[in-house]
Amino acid sequence: MVYNKRQWKAWLYLAPALILMAVFTLWPMINTIRMAFLNDYGLMSEHGGTVFKVGIANFVKVLQYKRFLSCLTTTMLLCVLTVPISTMLALLISVCLNSIKFLNRFLQTIYFLPYVTNSIAIGMVFAAMFNIVGTIVSPDLGNSSNIIVTAGIINNIIEFFGGQPIVWINAGSTYAANIAVMVIYIVWNALPFKILVLLGGLQSVNKQYYDAAKVDGTSRVRTFFRITVPLLSPMIAYVVITGFIGGFKEYSSVVGVFGPEMGPVGDSKRLNTMVGFIYDALENDNQGRASAAALILFVIIFIVTMINLYVSRKRTHY
Amino acid sequence: MKVALQNLTKVFPNRNKKIKKDVVAVNDFNFEIPDGKLIGLLGPSGCGKSTTLYMISGLEKPTRGKIFFGDDDVTELSPENRGVGMVFQNYALYPHLTVKQNILFPLQNLKGKDRLTKDEMLRRTVEAAKLVQLDELLDRKPSELSGGQQQRVAIARALVKMPRVLLLDEPLSNLDARLRLQTREEIRRIQRETGITTIFVTHDQEEAMSISDEIVVMKDGTVQQTGAPQAVYDSPVNLFVAKFLGTPPINVFDGKIEKGVLYIGTDAVFSIAHEDCEVTVGVRPEGFIPDGGSLSCLIESIEVMGRDISVVTKNPASHNPFVRSIIASDTSVPSSGHVGFSLKPYKVFVFRKDTEERIFAELMPLGK
Repeated sequence: MVYNKRQWKAWLYLAPALILMAVFTLWPMINTIRMAFLNDYGLMSEHGGTVFKVGIANFVKVLQYKRFLSCLTTTMLLCVLTVPISTMLALLISVCLNSIKFLNRFLQTIYFLPYVTNSIAIGMVFAAMFNIVGTIVSPDLGNSSNIIVTAGIINNIIEFFGGQPIVWINAGSTYAANIAVMVIYIVWNALPFKILVLLGGLQSVNKQYYDAAKVDGTSRVRTFFRITVPLLSPMIAYVVITGFIGGFKEYSSVVGVFGPEMGPVGDSKRLNTMVGFIYDALENDNQGRASAAALILFVIIFIVTMINLYVSRKRTHY
Repeated sequence: MKVALQNLTKVFPNRNKKIKKDVVAVNDFNFEIPDGKLIGLLGPSGCGKSTTLYMISGLEKPTRGKIFFGDDDVTELSPENRGVGMVFQNYALYPHLTVKQNILFPLQNLKGKDRLTKDEMLRRTVEAAKLVQLDELLDRKPSELSGGQQQRVAIARALVKMPRVLLLDEPLSNLDARLRLQTREEIRRIQRETGITTIFVTHDQEEAMSISDEIVVMKDGTVQQTGAPQAVYDSPVNLFVAKFLGTPPINVFDGKIEKGVLYIGTDAVFSIAHEDCEVTVGVRPEGFIPDGGSLSCLIESIEVMGRDISVVTKNPASHNPFVRSIIASDTSVPSSGHVGFSLKPYKVFVFRKDTEERIFAELMPLGK
């Protein structure tokens, strides 16, 4: 009796969290699966009384979509490029930060700033930095004398060193240039969190390992690769896995730099990502297709994470 | 390899803004460690013994003074160029490497003409592992070893590059009591077999006394006394050393010298040729004879320990609440009431009350 009473109380205390989770986590998940397997499902039409057949038509449609493959490619490309670069940079920076005594706290704060800044705002700053190279027509002088305008600090720097300005993000830019800008932006944006995690790991590494290495005459490079990296391997695995998961959900960074058109002027949607693809389907009242795409994205993230875990289990030795 | 320390001093800059004084961790340390000996640096925590060890290893730079290995001045050399092997307090074994890889690690660091062939490295690793009796466990990870085994891996790793000097920082503090006894014999054996000059740091006087050829007792960064363990125990130069060495600890009494007679409290115990002064008297537990002598104590309890009995008594002049004496078990002692002790003169040390320095004056039985 007493036991049952206690159990009843336990459920009562758990109830608020459980109810919230059921409404906002569990039900959406189930509903996504339901919508994905109802052919041509749309929320409006459902309320209009349409009855949908169960099937995989949504998945077929998604895969047939021209844009789907380009969204997947862009997402994959951003993942594969940004995760290794940002992880290695973060590792270097955190090792350096950890070895500085002077201004240590101040620098840590600076490196952490991007994390607390709105990513759309950062994106707009990046867009400004990589801005236009082009001509504008001065109305006073007629159309004969065009003035060449180069705005954006990156192109200014390139020109300062005598290089040719590059069209990064404006009309006429190449896909490679667009991706380059996105990679720089995403890496910069991803650094703070990774530095935070790795620095935390470094600070918890016992100093005696380094003393022992010093007594044994271990070179700096060898100390880094044979001691620091293995000791940090659990943290490195963590930032790589979360990095990939975040990378597959990339969306707002592209919006930040290129705006909701997700591409340079004249070629909108060129840099659309998987999440962008899902939003587009939702905007067209195509919840069935959006759900199918979301499930595909989930499966991809799941597989990649499994691979990551498998590799890291082999590589993190203790 | 003989190791000589000359005027070795380490001052740490003070980070506490309230106190402007710098911290002197080691103050003017002079000592010569003979070749092939096992030396124990002994003292309470914070006395500068670890700092001294770190300076010998090269991990800390001395503020003043010099360190010689043989005739080489190594004061300015970095750790790897000194040829020291070091065992750290918590061993600092690399957790991701196996025992074999851990022991190999220092050898793989060697460059240029010192670089060994792979076979030679392996041979030396196995040899070092055999020395510490770990050759069966070469493929284990440190986490799969017991504390004592980890300790031995750390020693093997320190020895594999054949150091000139072996340094051990609190080598036994992380082991349980039984392992500690076993491991200290092991350290003694390994040191004897290799003949490497070994310096180890400990706060446990029993540990230091039991295996060292010589001990160095430190307090507040200064050396109090050096010498063979028995010599230091038998003739401490000041009250601190007397109190620090020995289990059970020495019994300390207030006393005085008046007209050539040494008093403990009000009991006259010895005649002594020294001017009158206030003194502190230390009596080793084994220095009491319950023969109705002049030192009168009230018996509190008697603990039988087999070979000996431990008589716990009270005396108003004692610094501690109880006076503990150890007496052969075939001696008859009353189980309660007062007991009169006479004292063995070579177990009694007299110190000045003000400076706590030993008064080296011969103690003679009264009335002679």
